[in-house]
Amino acid sequence: MAISANALPHAHADEHDHEAYLRKEHLMLDPKPRGEMNALVMESMTTTSWKFWVIAAVMAAIVAIGLFGAWGYMIANGLYLTGKNRPGYWSLFLVHTVFWIGISHAGTFVSALLRVFKAEFRRPFTRAAELMTTFALAQAGIQIFAHMGRVWLAYWMFPIPNQRLLWTNFHSPLMWDFLAINTYLLSSTMYLFLPLIPDLAMARDRSTGWRKSLYRILAMGFRGTEAEWTHLRIALNIFAFAILPVMFSVHTIVSWDFAAAMRPGWSSTIFGPYFVVGALQSGVSAVAMVVITIRYTMKNMDYFIRKEHFDALGKLMLIISMSWAYFFFNDYMVQWYGGDKWTDALLHFHEAGPAGWIWFMMLITNIAIPWLVLWNKNWRRNPVMLFTVGLLANVGMWAERFIIVPVSLEINRMPFMWGQTFKPGIEVPMFIGTVAFFILLYMLASRLIPLVPVWEVQEGQMAHSIRKYGKEPVVSVADLE
Amino acid sequence: MANPKIPEFKADWKEGEEGRWGMAIDMDLCTGCQACVAACSMENNVPFVGEEMSGYGRQMAWLRVERLWEGEYPEVKMTPFQPVMCQQCGSAPCEPVCPVFATVHSQVEQLNLQVYNRCVGTRYCANNCPYVVRVFNWADYDRPEPLPNQFNPDVTVRRRGVMEKCTFCIQRIHKAEDQAKSEGREVVDGEVAPACAQACPADAIVFGRMDDPESRVSKLSKDGRAVHLLEELGTNPRVAYLKGGSNGNLG
Repeated sequence: MAISANALPHAHADEHDHEAYLRKEHLMLDPKPRGEMNALVMESMTTTSWKFWVIAAVMAAIVAIGLFGAWGYMIANGLYLTGKNRPGYWSLFLVHTVFWIGISHAGTFVSALLRVFKAEFRRPFTRAAELMTTFALAQAGIQIFAHMGRVWLAYWMFPIPNQRLLWTNFHSPLMWDFLAINTYLLSSTMYLFLPLIPDLAMARDRSTGWRKSLYRILAMGFRGTEAEWTHLRIALNIFAFAILPVMFSVHTIVSWDFAAAMRPGWSSTIFGPYFVVGALQSGVSAVAMVVITIRYTMKNMDYFIRKEHFDALGKLMLIISMSWAYFFFNDYMVQWYGGDKWTDALLHFHEAGPAGWIWFMMLITNIAIPWLVLWNKNWRRNPVMLFTVGLLANVGMWAERFIIVPVSLEINRMPFMWGQTFKPGIEVPMFIGTVAFFILLYMLASRLIPLVPVWEVQEGQMAHSIRKYGKEPVVSVADLE
Repeated sequence: MANPKIPEFKADWKEGEEGRWGMAIDMDLCTGCQACVAACSMENNVPFVGEEMSGYGRQMAWLRVERLWEGEYPEVKMTPFQPVMCQQCGSAPCEPVCPVFATVHSQVEQLNLQVYNRCVGTRYCANNCPYVVRVFNWADYDRPEPLPNQFNPDVTVRRRGVMEKCTFCIQRIHKAEDQAKSEGREVVDGEVAPACAQACPADAIVFGRMDDPESRVSKLSKDGRAVHLLEELGTNPRVAYLKGGSNGNLG
């Protein structure tokens, strides 16, 4: 009997190559001296080409005209400029509010959940993701206020003791929504600011002029003593755990705006988790798009953002797409099984009505395309493909909200009042304006604060090392806490 | 006023108890002439929105005459005309969803009120109304001279950005109640009628006290032909529809 001796599949002929591969692949295994890395980040913040200012000027113009100009015109003239009517009292503004809240969702999700589970690949892009939460919530706020008939009285919705002897109605899901979004905005902004402090201190020590003054104020006197780090770590830990339920609550409560109403198609008990997963679907895709954009437009970012990060985000998108498919099916099943004749009419209207192509497009871009592309390692590591899948997932999630809000409003229990809602109105330039505003805020932030959390990357690199086990390079990670 | 009471969403309504004011509409009598719609618009300063806006579903009329048909052309069977206005639900879905208490239940009249100057225009109430009877002021509509001369001074002219809906002509109810109070008596049946009931040439719309078992509207509402719209939702509508004479027999 012949005995054949083959090399073990993991053993490479040249173990040095394997080690080089590991270092090239993983940021955590490719450490740079601290001073050098700090310089890389400072350089990426201060190197600005003329193209940046051209794009920023275009974005600012779109924001000024398309968003605030159009909004002011609408406030002065009335909501007839929108595409709303009866029965479509809510329409694109609500679609875009839910859309932006969904995008904002994943910023904190990626950061907090991965921090809690100590996923090491999170380190270079947590800040970019956290910024997304704050910036997208600002757009959601603009959209929801634009939706109001008399926005100049918006403060009547704030529970402030007043001489009008009026109080807000805490029985209204809109009030819950208002409070949940405010809680989320405040807590996610604090969660963004906490890990920013050491990087601001780093920037303060390496800049001059107005930047130094700005960073000195923002860094709040952080010197990097042991006590300061301990406090920061404890605070971050508390926030990362505490913000997760806040994050789940906020989109569940957004879904209650619909689920608590007594309308066919809205009054669905599964809407809470369905909306949370939908938000992650659009949000994680948006994180991937932001990370890819940063990687290919900012200086020195090719060191921090690598294929491994595309890979990890691609896997996350695939899992979330599968969860979304399940909850979509679940929501459909429960509503169909209920057998209510109005819901039946509505479900039929979704697929076979004039907006049926949007319904099918939603299924293709949210399920078919991610499943067909993201299972393949090489494809999900390809930035063009990952970006395209992310963009399409966001188109699909926009379509999902479009189906839920205006299309579902077209069918009600009084067939005499069925009607078509969609007429593109002033919501379209205002939506383009919020997209431009979102991009503009990111562009300005990239000039002002380090988009990469340098200290987190350095901390991770200190914990990781490659040891030799015989001839095999083995990655070891020290537990930091 | 140190402790202002938070308004209630529902009047203290008890099972089996009728509201204070109610309406009965005999669909076998209704001819679909739309006189009620015109009278309502005159009485309540409802703006005219023009052909284009109306075609896009932004008409402001508080009252509509529904006309549906069954079957495929040419075997079409007409259903009776059905005037639909706010049903003044005893348990109204529009009330709890308003974030600023702009739509509340009045304890005295047991009607569903819309407080125009408190409304901020979220339009949630309209989405949650199963009868789709609420209308929104999408714009400030033109009223060329001399139209402003026919404004009803008892009714607010609404501006853009607020919801509105049928009030059961609450200004007429108040007038009749004031008159009755000054004469030291209760409002008698037939003393007060909203504009639609007053204008109806067929006398298909009957309005009156629901808490008076002898009133015409109470008797009609208890008639075997009476049904309520979307009764299964449990909204306790105060408008009864009578049907069955020449169109089969529901009663």
